[in-house]
Parts: sequence; structure tokens; C-alpha cells
Amino acid sequence: MELVSTAGMAVTGSNMGFMIKGLIPYKLFGQELWITTTHVSILIVDVFLIIFFLAVRKRMKNPQQVPKGLQNVAEIIVDMLDNMVKGSMGKNAGKFANYIGSIFILILISNISGVFGLRPPTADYGVTFPLGVMSFLIIQYNNIKHNKLGAAKALLDPIPLFLPVNLIGEIAVPISLSLRLFGNVLSGTVMMSLVYSLIPVFCRFGFPAVLHIYFDLFAGAIQTYVFCMLTMTYVNDKLSDE
Amino acid sequence: MITGNDLILACSAIGAGLAVIAGIGPGIGQGIAAGHAAGAVGRNPGAKSDITSTMLLGQAVAETTGLYGLLIAFLLLFVKPLLP
Repeated sequence: MELVSTAGMAVTGSNMGFMIKGLIPYKLFGQELWITTTHVSILIVDVFLIIFFLAVRKRMKNPQQVPKGLQNVAEIIVDMLDNMVKGSMGKNAGKFANYIGSIFILILISNISGVFGLRPPTADYGVTFPLGVMSFLIIQYNNIKHNKLGAAKALLDPIPLFLPVNLIGEIAVPISLSLRLFGNVLSGTVMMSLVYSLIPVFCRFGFPAVLHIYFDLFAGAIQTYVFCMLTMTYVNDKLSDE
Repeated sequence: MITGNDLILACSAIGAGLAVIAGIGPGIGQGIAAGHAAGAVGRNPGAKSDITSTMLLGQAVAETTGLYGLLIAFLLLFVKPLLP
């Protein structure tokens, strides 16, 4: 394999199982870029989600009074996400339930896709950083829209000397959000591939399932929850009247 | 015969080991958060779900500094930025 480098983590031709691998090279504006395993796994995740959503949409065309089957599942998911957003944002929940619910489902399925043998897309900094930037844009848009000039004044709080500190505080938000998600999922992926390369082939059935439950399901769900929760907390912080 | 590259790789491995010492801090912090949450549940069992979610949020934020150390270790081990 040629030397591949994607945003964040450059990858050499090592045969370690957890590396991002380049599959198809292509040229864009004179630069050599690669279709990597991240693209493939996020495509699979997206196709799965789109099929699921289309099925739910078809099913909800004629909803039943007493839900069962797919309708029941869809209602439980929507109800749970709405309650989560309402619980932490209170009266501001209405506008954000859609966005938070969407990224919650996307990140959750991406994180737990390691169980199904994919390399989790969120273990690539090129995926988590845009998510962090999107949170940052939403936070700042609502800040400026709600506080108007107060947004600029908050940067000079308590004295104008604190401007650089406050600026760093704002800019650190997307970086820490994305690095937290990336680091957790990547460490789970690395740990799992080290365990798989450590134990002999006939032991690979059964025992690693316990670690999969911890690293993929538990850590993935917690980090999804934390990402959405922190985004909501930051937005709510900007929207609240002191 | 140890070449310069070998030396850089060896020192990178030592540096990666030193970098993950950063994990001590989050360990202590998460333990304190979990201990206080357990005490809070003991005093007020009705608020268990609220306390749990607050604890998890605080622990995840505390974990970030440890993760930075872990990322530095990964960079040193797998990306090898110091090699010429």
C-alpha cells in the first residue's frame, strides 16, 4: 500500500488492522487524494440509515392507533430523543430536537458499527472535526442571533484584557468536542485490534465479545450522549438570559 | 549498529509511554466524581437518573485531558512525526 494521509491521522503502509487504509486514488485540483475505508464505512452506515428511515416513512403513511412492530420502534426512538433534548434545553428544545436527534443517531450508529466489523467512521479525525465545527457554528449563530451586540461584549468580560482568553475559550469548544469523540472511538478500535492480534485464532470466538460490549457499545453510546449533551449545554448557555 | 532512525523510534516509544501518564489525572478526577455521585444517590435515591447523567457528563469532560495524552502517544507511535 502506498503512503496514505488523511486529515488528522497520517497513515503509513503498516499492516496494523486499525489503520485507515487507502483504497482508490484519484486526482482533484492536481492533488492526489484517496477513497479510504472511512468513506466506505460511512457510506454503509448512511445507506443503512436511509433504508431504515424510508421504511419508517412508508410505515408511518398509515399509522396505527395501537403501535406495533416498526412503528413502535420509531416512536420509542423519537420519544427518547425528544425527552433527552427537552430535559437539557427546557423551553428552547423545539428548534434543536431535529438536529440533535439526527447527529445522535448518526454518531451512535457510526460508533457501534465496529461491532459489525466496519472500521468506525468516527475513528477518523476527518469525520469528527466537521461534527465539532457544525456544533461550533450552531453555538455561535445562536449566540449572535440571540445576544446581538451582547455576544461581542461577552468576549470582553470581565475586563477587555481577557479578550484572548475568551477567544481561546470559544475556539477550544469544537476542538475538544471532536478530539474527545475521536480519541475515545480510536482508542477502542486500537485496543480491539491489539487484542485480536494478541490472542490465537481459535480463541477469537466468544471472549472478545465482552470487550466489544465495553469498547464499542458502552463507550460509543456514552460518547454519543456526551457529544449531544455538550452541544445542547453550550447552545443553552448562549440562549439563556442572565 | 544503531542508526539515527532507530534512536528516534526508541525515544518515540519512551515518549509515548511518558505521554500516557496523563491518564493519572482523569482517573483521580473520575473517581472523585463517581464517589460524590454515589454519596448523592445515597442521600437522595429519587434523583438517581439525574445524578447519573450529570456524573457521566462531568467524567467525560474530565477525560479529555487524558485523551490528549493518549493522542500524543498514538501520534508518536504510529504517525512517527519525528522521523526525517
